[in-house]
Amino acid sequence: MVERSKVRVVIAKPGLDGHDRGAKVVARALKEAGYEVIYTGIRQTPEQIVETVIQEDAPVLGISILSGAHMVLIPRILKLLEERGLKLNEDVVVFAGGIIPPDDAEELKKMGVAEVFGPGTSLQKTIEFVDRAVENLKRFKEA
Amino acid sequence: MSFEELVEALLKGDKKAAARLITLAENDEENAKEIARLVYPHTGKAYVVGITGPPGAGKSTLLDKLIKLARDEGKVVGVIAIDPTSPFTGGALLGDRLRMQRHSTDPGVFIRSMATRGSLGGLAKTTNDAVRILDAYGCDVIFIETVGVGQTEVDIVKTADTVVLVNVPGLGDEVQALKAGLMEIADIFAINKADREGTEMLYLELKMAIEFEKEKWRKLGWEPPIVETIAFTLKGVKPLWEAIKRHHEFLKRSGELDERRKKRAREEIKAIVAGEVARKVEGKLREENTEGLINAVVERKLDPYSAAERIMGEALKV
Repeated sequence: MVERSKVRVVIAKPGLDGHDRGAKVVARALKEAGYEVIYTGIRQTPEQIVETVIQEDAPVLGISILSGAHMVLIPRILKLLEERGLKLNEDVVVFAGGIIPPDDAEELKKMGVAEVFGPGTSLQKTIEFVDRAVENLKRFKEA
Repeated sequence: MSFEELVEALLKGDKKAAARLITLAENDEENAKEIARLVYPHTGKAYVVGITGPPGAGKSTLLDKLIKLARDEGKVVGVIAIDPTSPFTGGALLGDRLRMQRHSTDPGVFIRSMATRGSLGGLAKTTNDAVRILDAYGCDVIFIETVGVGQTEVDIVKTADTVVLVNVPGLGDEVQALKAGLMEIADIFAINKADREGTEMLYLELKMAIEFEKEKWRKLGWEPPIVETIAFTLKGVKPLWEAIKRHHEFLKRSGELDERRKKRAREEIKAIVAGEVARKVEGKLREENTEGLINAVVERKLDPYSAAERIMGEALKV
């Protein structure tokens, strides 16, 4: 297993969505599990989020969105990551959470989002997901 | 990519390369050594400003405003924002950057969050390595925001050219202002949230503490100014930035800058040597034939100091 304290996770909230409790709870849970978490705060543009992932060299990005704008904002983030040379599930793993209907979740997974967590997801499940997801990333396999 | 390739990209201003190099240095001591060798000849241009102070003083918010002023002057800005690693879980919540996020997409700004990873002096273990990398990347000024510190976390003085201590009113009486530690290392004092009750009292207490050492400042040629700021409304922020620039000029003019950098180089070498020695000794202590030595101490055949001398002799031979 990859050593958690050497893995940096960005938790981001794109768009005009002020419901940050979930993001903060997940951020805290990951920190208590031993991860280094960078929380971007609310009202981030896709550009700000991708820049953060790059400057922080984070292998994991968690997107929290409850405003319903996920089908616009998440694909934009994915596209920007690609444009900046970050390959999904190779260089960076992206997961999402919040209020995302199952049909949209399937769509997003087809686009490369590794997992979509709805309300009621246990924190333990989220942590285990991150544990597993980083193992397949290039930088940890090379090590 | 090899380290050489990454450093080559770094020198051309590649953000991804800079970010990756910082991660590599942070995660592995051996990497840090190799990277330092490659990067070091290209460093020395950046001016390092430390922003320190108790938790909640408003360091991040003030920094957000200072970044803007530095950018208005066309400077390339680096920021290292440090938060504590949990001593229990090894994890960390790095939440300084969220107050400066508007600068994330500015190509002339590089913000990196770091966790202390066990270091206790207010900085992250590999802060110096990160500073060097950002220096070589092309930063004109690098701001370092320490963790929220108490009184004794003064490591910032070993890394920064100018140290700004951010206080807030209402945190204690005048005896606080006289205590050792933080008060002794500040080049500039800022009183943030200066619209709060207790501001005037704090100003007078700081002034008194500074006046107490009038001789010291006279000899040095710089008396720490006290700047009242309200980061939220931008009040006092420009005067604070002007004070930082004035201090920079003073350091250059008086030759103090070279003195400080010499002192810091000495401190860093000392720390690296101490770390290496500690590691070697620990390695020796784990070997089997030291069991005999330990038994001899317990059986009163040898005293601990002599035992230690023997171990050091053995360990440092390699």
